[in-house]
Order: sequence, then structure tokens, then C-alpha cells
Amino acid sequence: MSRSINLKKGFNIRLEGCATEILSETTDHILYGVKPIDFPGLIPKLEVRQGDEVLAGTPLFHDKIHPEIKFTSPVSGKVVRIERGERRKILEVVVERSGNGFVDFGKADPAKLSSERIKEVLLNSGAWPAVRQRPYHVIADPRDNPKSVFIPGFDTAPLAPDFNFIIGNYPSSFLSTGISVLSKLTNGKVNLILNGKGSSGRLLENLPGVEISYFSGPHPAGNVGVHIHHIDPLNKGEIVWFVNLQDLIMIGRLFEEGVYRPERIVALTGSEVIHPQYYRTLSGTAVSSLVAGNLKPGNLRIISGNVLTGTKIDSNGYLGFYDSQLSVIPEGNYYEFFGWASPGIDKFSFSHTFLSSLFPERNFRLDTNLHGGERAFVVTGQYEKVMPMDIFPMQLLKAIMAEDIDMMENLGIYEVAEEDFALCEFICPSKIEIQSVVRKGLDLMRKEMS
Amino acid sequence: MNSLRKKLDKLKPLFSKGGKFAKLQSVFEGFESFIFVPDKVTFKGSHVRDATDLKRTMTIVIIALLPALLFGSYNTGLQHFKSVGVNPDLFQAFWFGFLKILPLIIVSYVVGLGIEFIVAQIRGHEINEGYLVTGLLIPLIMPVDIPLWMLALAVAFSVILGKEVFGGTGMNIFNPALLARAFLFFSYPAWMTGDKVWTEGLTAGKNIIDGFSGATPLSLCAAGEITKLPSFMQMFIGTIPGSVGETSALAILIGAAILIITGIGSWKIMAGVFAGGLAMGLLLNAISVNTFMELPFYYHFVMGGFAFGAVFMATDPVTGSQTEKGKWIYGFLIGILSILIRVVNPAYPEGVMLAILLMNIFAPLIDYFVVQSNIKKRLKRAKVAINNVVK
Repeated sequence: MSRSINLKKGFNIRLEGCATEILSETTDHILYGVKPIDFPGLIPKLEVRQGDEVLAGTPLFHDKIHPEIKFTSPVSGKVVRIERGERRKILEVVVERSGNGFVDFGKADPAKLSSERIKEVLLNSGAWPAVRQRPYHVIADPRDNPKSVFIPGFDTAPLAPDFNFIIGNYPSSFLSTGISVLSKLTNGKVNLILNGKGSSGRLLENLPGVEISYFSGPHPAGNVGVHIHHIDPLNKGEIVWFVNLQDLIMIGRLFEEGVYRPERIVALTGSEVIHPQYYRTLSGTAVSSLVAGNLKPGNLRIISGNVLTGTKIDSNGYLGFYDSQLSVIPEGNYYEFFGWASPGIDKFSFSHTFLSSLFPERNFRLDTNLHGGERAFVVTGQYEKVMPMDIFPMQLLKAIMAEDIDMMENLGIYEVAEEDFALCEFICPSKIEIQSVVRKGLDLMRKEMS
Repeated sequence: MNSLRKKLDKLKPLFSKGGKFAKLQSVFEGFESFIFVPDKVTFKGSHVRDATDLKRTMTIVIIALLPALLFGSYNTGLQHFKSVGVNPDLFQAFWFGFLKILPLIIVSYVVGLGIEFIVAQIRGHEINEGYLVTGLLIPLIMPVDIPLWMLALAVAFSVILGKEVFGGTGMNIFNPALLARAFLFFSYPAWMTGDKVWTEGLTAGKNIIDGFSGATPLSLCAAGEITKLPSFMQMFIGTIPGSVGETSALAILIGAAILIITGIGSWKIMAGVFAGGLAMGLLLNAISVNTFMELPFYYHFVMGGFAFGAVFMATDPVTGSQTEKGKWIYGFLIGILSILIRVVNPAYPEGVMLAILLMNIFAPLIDYFVVQSNIKKRLKRAKVAINNVVK
């Protein structure tokens, strides 16, 4: 019996520039970057040097704490650059593509493999980082035995790609192979979460080996944290793993074809994109080749991911490991004459303090302006309206700020991640960097508990 | 506007660190961000942000206060002309009252903002917008005849001892506006109570016609002169003596509508206060051992500062309850206490101020219990999970 959960709390940020269902198959991109900063808490240890030849699946670096977790090259070619930042922190390892060579990890039917062997293949190929865990929203520890696995089957973030369109462009067997891989990793259920509003397509509805639940409501109804909270909530000491849909396909391909090929169908979205559409490419691709000739002029911000949780990247940056979306919006570095006093036909807000709230269907062209300065907490009762979980957001944030470990635990820090607080951050009239606060709390808890 | 921007850009280095007027940086920033929303952009976390900031939030509250302020101006004039036996036209009454109230507003803002600016500069913070609302609330809950120096003293007291010593806006325990009123109430009771202070010129006693008392409905009730009460409609409209902005339930209702529609004020607290007032009013009606208790319960809603307190004071997000369930309890208790103090304790005919200040103290306790229930639920769930594993 599938469950159906209808969420009322939340908010959809209505932006211009939704991708149309056109898929461009250009795969002739040259540069690919693998970025340690895509993985919170990771301390990378390099395995290659500049100039080394690599194959698709050759390790570029590994996790210092868990050396078995490897991060491999998405393509064959040459390591052309190792970009470093402050204190020689590794920012990205860049591979220039040439040829089609790959490391052969061997075709196998996951149903016939032991879970140890499956973990080995995932770890060696570089597919393991696709398996993440709650609490802390980080790469899963291969030694753990999660109580269940979650696959979020839709995305409600602003301008999010349509997963039904995406999976329709892959061989369907990859999905079911991926599922049988995941079912070997847990003694519990493999949960697939589908959109309760609108059809999810035959393919997903009829996948064998999964427990399907339907969620509907405004963003963040598609967030995995919300799914876990309502279906199999995390208590202290418990662990749940989750995998993105496109990563599941990548895992399925790994076992069916024996290759590590982190293919991504990416939605190029946002008000500053001339023709928002989908592109088939690989994880880590240089965005410059994707967006070339398709951007409006002006001072732009390119974001790998969505506007709420994505990462700001340069125009010569690279697509993030987990991202299926690129968002391009205008920068907001301008002064606005009495901006706070304007009637606000063009101003987008969760509150009804601007005239724009009279047009509930309109899409907006939002920029990166902060619209004010940072202040102490003043207004209350706002965060709760966009938090569809039984969590007290403001009290939890204050506990994190005070570094009160017991209180953080009592108020449910294990159940949340920064993405679950993204809307709180968006609506916060005091302009507090809430997602950073939450990440700080998660890192602190992780350190305390290990 | 562009030339203004250019001038500000030119001045900015002077007020930045190392500049000639670096000590006035907060003041400069305060004025600059008042005129221009800053060019700051997001750099981590959510890349887009809601257009609402604290300035906008506070502006909406000020807009919601305008009906009460405008009516208060009219009523101040009206009561004055009544006391000298003149029948003024609408504009005449309004203008007279406006000129009387304006100095109160100016003193309140100059003293309050002055202190805020100094403290912000000492702390090296940006100037917080909290006082924009407090500065207008204070004149609205004062008798019009209050001497300006007293007002200045009260403002200084409430801003320094009520707010800044706790860490500034967002950290205070008591509602600063009510604290200012309570300060005057206990320090200079002669100027805050009685029948004469509510009407302009009455304390001076010039040209007062016979039979004009200037008593507020609450003091009439406390004195047992229920029969002299104005009609319900008159009190609802607000053409009665009282603090500047509190008399018109109608004007306050318009403000409440603005706060609720924009989502700035908590409707739960407002509804809670009225529910509490209703419950207590009905209870007193049921007991009714004196004439004040016999007063129909709905009269309480339009008398004194009940409506004003419910809509503008109890809903202060900083000093009120911060959890959603807590807001109901907090509001309800304010309603009960307001009417109880009003009717049962004749020494304090106005119960709302004391009820809200008292509940300000208890708001964290209410929140504590609400949050504890969430914690207990989580612990219980964890226990069930462990038991299932053991089985």
C-alpha cells in the first residue's frame, strides 16, 4: 500500500526561465573538473599529479579519513590543472578529455553479488560518493548498515528539472539495476518518493523492489529530509542513506556496462538564459561550453544547482557532482533609492508586504541583492510557515548558535540539513545566513559524535 | 537621485575605517541604508532573498498605526474643543490635535533614535530598525498633556534600561513602549492617571465649561458611575477621552487588518487576547457582585487600551511568545489578566499595560513548555524505535 502525504507548509519561489523539454545531445565538451568542495567535510588526498594520463574511473583523490572512498575522473584524458585556494586547499582537479578509454569494473548482476562486493565496485569506481547519508547530509560511511534507503523521485526547488523527462532519455534497465544494487546495501526498505500531484510516468510507478510514497505540496516537498522525516524519521544513532535519481542511473550503468560514466541531463535555467533547455553531459563538465551563446548580456551569477542551495561558480567553473541544474540570474549589486518603501509591483516576497502579492501566478526575475542588512532575530513565526517538519526552526538555530549540543540533539538536528532551511533563509527579514549556521551545527555534531 | 548617490559615494570613505569621521560610521550607514537599499549581494546560502527586510516590516507596522494616529489627532482636538464648549469642524479638530501630538512624536524619535545611534556606534553595529515602531507607539499610549521632558525621560529609560542593556533590538525582555508608559505611571502618577490629563488644556484649567469632566470610560467604571458611560458605538468609534491612539477601536481594527493581511502581526496573539478577554468578561458577568462586573463583556473590547494593546503591543515578536502554540496561550492569558486587573483592582484602572508586561516575563516559560513537548515527542519516538529493534 503506497502512502500519500500532502504537505501544506512551504513556498514556491516563482522564477522566470523554466527549461523547455528539449534535449541537446552535445557531448563534445573538453574540460571536466572534480571539486572536493562538493562534498561537505571531505579532506581530499590527491592521487594524481598535473600531467598524469587518466581513464574514466581512474582515482583523482580520496578521502583522508576513509581512504577507500575514491573520487574518480569522469572522462579519459590528461590532468591539466590542480586548482588550489587559500592554504593550498584543493579547489578542483581539471581533466582535459581525449579518447574514450575507461577502467573496466566488470559487468555483473548485482542480485548475485554479495553486499561486500557491491560496495567494493562502488568504492573503486568512484560511484560511492553518490550514496549519501542523513544525519549530516554527507557521503555515506561504507561500514554502516542504514535502516533504509531513500530515492527522491522529484524536485520542487525553483526551476527544478523534470525528472520524468530526464529518465525518459535513459535506457530503463539502468534504473531497475540501480535499485537492486541499493537493496543489497540495506536490510530495510528502499523508498522511492514520487510527486503526488501530476503523473510520475509508468517507468517509476512500476519499478520493482521499491516502496513508493507520494508527496505533494509546495517546496520543500521534494527534499529528501522531508521524506525521511515523514516516512522513517531519524532517531539518535540511526542512519538513512539516499541517492539521487540520476546517480541511481549511473550506478545501474556501472553494473550493466562495467563503466563509471556519471552522465547528467542538466537543465539550464534562469531568467538570464536565452533558451532554457536540457543538455546531456557528464558530471563536472565545464559550464562555459554549456552556456556559450545562450546567455543574456550583463553582470550574471552562474549557479551550479538551484538558486536556494546551489553553489556560485565562475563562468569558467564546473558543474557540481550532485547537480542536475544550472541557474543563471542577474547579480544584484546596485543601490536602490528608498527600495524598502516602494509599493513593490516587481518585488517578490513570501510576506504580503508588497503589491506583487496581488499577482500570485506571475513569475519573477530575481537577482542576488540581499534587500537589506543583517540583523538580530526579530520577527517570529515566519520560518515555521516554510518548514513542513515537526521541528522548531528558530529554537534549533539558536541552539546551534549557542553550540548547545544537548539542545541541538533534542530539537532534531539529526533530521535536518542546510537544504531544509533554505527557504527559512530566503524569507528571513533579518537576513541571517541560516544555511551556514545549520552546516556549522551539523559539522559540530559530527565531530562530537565521532 | 543619481547625484545624491554620487555624493554619498564621495562621502563614504570619510566615514569608513581610517576615515576622518570613522566614529560616525554607524550613523552614516544608518542614513545611507535608509535612503538607498544597500548593494550587498548574497555570497553563500540562498542566492536570492525575499524583498522584505526589517525596514519594510517596521514600515508596515507604522502604516498600520496611521489610522490610530490620524484618528487620535482628530480626537485630541475634538476633546479639547468640547472642554471649552466649541463645536469644531473636522479639519479644525484634526489640525489642533496634530499640532499637539507632533512634539510628542518628535521628542520620542529624537531621544530614542539618538540613543540607538550612539549605542550602535559604540558596539560597531548597523543601526537597528526596531525603534522606528517603538518611537511612534510611545506617543500613542501617552496622555496628550504629558510634559515633554517627562516623555524624554521615559524614552531614555526604556531604551537604555529596557533594551540596550539586554543587547539591543531583538534581545529585550519587556516591550519598550509599555516600559516607557509604566515608568511614567509609577514615577509621575499625577500625570498619568485621573480625569484631567487626557484632554489637552484640562490640567491648566483654562476656559473649561461646567460639566466637562474628561473622565475616561474606565475611570467612570472604577468610580461606579456606569450610567455615565458613553454609548458602545461612541467608544467603538473612539470620540472619548483617553491616551492619544487608544480610543478608536475602529482605527485599531483597520491597523489589525493591515498587520494580518501582510503577515507581519501574529493573528494568533490578537485572537488569543480577545478570546481571553471574552472568557474573563463572561466569567465576571456570571459572578457580577458589583456594577463594573455587570458591564456587558463586549464593552471591555472598546474601552481603554485593550484593543490597542492586543493589536500593537502583545504582538511584539521580540517580547512575546515565539512558538506558535505559545502565542495562543500568551495572548489568552493577557486577555484574562487585562480584564481581571481592570475590574478587580481599582488602583489600576488600566490593566492591559500591566498584563502585557507581566506576560512578557512569562513568555519564555510558555515557550519552554511548548518546546519541551516537542522534545518529549522526539525522545518517545526514539524509545519506541529502540524497543522495536530489541523485539
